Amino acid sequence: MSRVHLSDEGRVRARQRASGSAGLYLAVGVCALLFLVPFYLIVRNALSTDAEITGENWQFFPTDLQWGNVTELFGDETVPFGRALWNSTVVGVAHTIGTLFVCSLAGYGLARIPYRHANKVFYVVLVTLMVPTAVTFVPSFVLVSSLGWVSSFQGLIVPGLFSGFTCFLFRQYFLGFPRELEEAARVDGLSYWGSYWRVVVPNSLNFFAAIATITFISGWNAFLWPLVIGQDQEAWTVQVALSAYMTNQTVNFHLIFMATAVSLLPLLFVFLFLQRWLVQGIAQTGIKG
Amino acid sequence: MSTPTSPRGAPGIRRVRGVRGPTLHFWLFTGPFLVGLVIFVYVPIVWSAWLSFFEARSTVTPSEFVGWDNYVQMLTSGGFVKSLGTFTVFAAIVVPVTWAFSLALALMVNRLRFMRAFFRSVFFLPTACSFVAASLIWKMSIFSGVRFGLMNTVLGWFGVDTIAWLADPHPPWYWLVIVTVRLWLQSGFFMILFLAALQNIPRELYEAAAIDGAKSGWQTFRYITLPQLRATSTAVVLLLLIAAYQAFDEFFNLLPKATWGQPPLVDLYYTALGENQDYGRGSAGAMILTALICAVTLLQGKIMGFGRGDEEYTAKGGK
Repeated sequence: MSRVHLSDEGRVRARQRASGSAGLYLAVGVCALLFLVPFYLIVRNALSTDAEITGENWQFFPTDLQWGNVTELFGDETVPFGRALWNSTVVGVAHTIGTLFVCSLAGYGLARIPYRHANKVFYVVLVTLMVPTAVTFVPSFVLVSSLGWVSSFQGLIVPGLFSGFTCFLFRQYFLGFPRELEEAARVDGLSYWGSYWRVVVPNSLNFFAAIATITFISGWNAFLWPLVIGQDQEAWTVQVALSAYMTNQTVNFHLIFMATAVSLLPLLFVFLFLQRWLVQGIAQTGIKG
Repeated sequence: MSTPTSPRGAPGIRRVRGVRGPTLHFWLFTGPFLVGLVIFVYVPIVWSAWLSFFEARSTVTPSEFVGWDNYVQMLTSGGFVKSLGTFTVFAAIVVPVTWAFSLALALMVNRLRFMRAFFRSVFFLPTACSFVAASLIWKMSIFSGVRFGLMNTVLGWFGVDTIAWLADPHPPWYWLVIVTVRLWLQSGFFMILFLAALQNIPRELYEAAAIDGAKSGWQTFRYITLPQLRATSTAVVLLLLIAAYQAFDEFFNLLPKATWGQPPLVDLYYTALGENQDYGRGSAGAMILTALICAVTLLQGKIMGFGRGDEEYTAKGGK
């Protein structure tokens, strides 16, 4: 009796679940398609002619792919896109390495090296978390321009290295780092400096990779600060160049979309191959913002 | 300090050396960061506070002291006050919408049995895109005001007239463009946060609720999932709010030279780096914004309890 009853109920539930999950997959599928549309548009328009982008006869995908758009983009005189790509690469890499170096050292010092006033020093860092750097771009510009760093790599890179938030993240991470490992290193006669580089860093590469991924993406995508600093065309980053395309007098649709596609390539690479660390980094950083 | 002649000299010396080693290393580790922090964060703010009391057009070493004039002008001139209004409308729309949408995505993805990683990646993919690039697609393709823009084409199938999405503030269609850009870019990020939190909810809670007769669906969501997500939800709302406060890229690129829809940072940009190069007023504006955001952060800290969040985080990170 009870067995029949159970299997009946089980069958009903299974049917409910099947129809429920069909609806679920439909909803998720529609959302996913909508999320992918902009990417499709970039690729499609990047390989089209202007007439195919704005014209009446709209095709899902152009039959005659315009690979010439790539060479045209880098030969374009009005916006130095090749130069911008180079600038963004230098800035992105230097920003990432510099931030990681400076902030991880400070985070370790604050977390692990005993010092009477360490808490006060930590407060000096914490206070800066309350003020987002974007809000203070006017004061920062005032300082950087009086240093003569406008339109220079220093101006683009250096002011962004001292992130209170990244330092805070490293401190939190090092607080949870197993003490035994360091103590073993100390017993072996290594100083704080030595044990940091030989024991702590090699055992924290996952965390470093996660923070590096996030830092690189935010550096590559930054717009306000590079816009403020890049007064000369020569100092434009990719994002500033894209913005310049949009506000130009003559609008070359195919070039704009090709530029967008090229600007996304490094990030897609990061996304495809470093996603593990990216997700980890977000789970670790996002909690506290 | 013990003197070398005292009987307790030897331990004293050891203590001194024991303190000095770590102290030296402490400054060795934190020094570079702190110097940079002072130069590039503290000095600009102090300098700017000083500038905000001067008539400073195209100069950063002004001589004419004007007291609170810059502040008064910023708060009465219209543009800046209007921008604060724009921010309020923007935040009132974008924060709840992004919150609800990213939570919905997380709930859906969390229930998937097959292809979960695939869908998670798809929703997360826009995180890699910059605001500039996204604005470009939105402006030039999806919400292009001409008849052949994607959205206008789709609406055309239903007989709707062509809409000038960005060029005309009446009715304010530009909000739809602005909000959807941000929604597309940010939802995946917050979905990841919600997913992590969802996976931390103990299964026993749902099992216990099922035994007590709770129907899965709305009831378990309302009385188990939502309360369990409280900490993450609060954090997400705060993050969204702070991000909205700093909105610049999409407004600057979608609405160049428009007189409507300018958030505070865009207004400041044109004040300080536009034709006037008015650093005095720009600095005054920056000070006002800084004060506002500090107030919000402190208030939030009061409500959430800063120390508690800290401990929670440490417990999480330390596992």
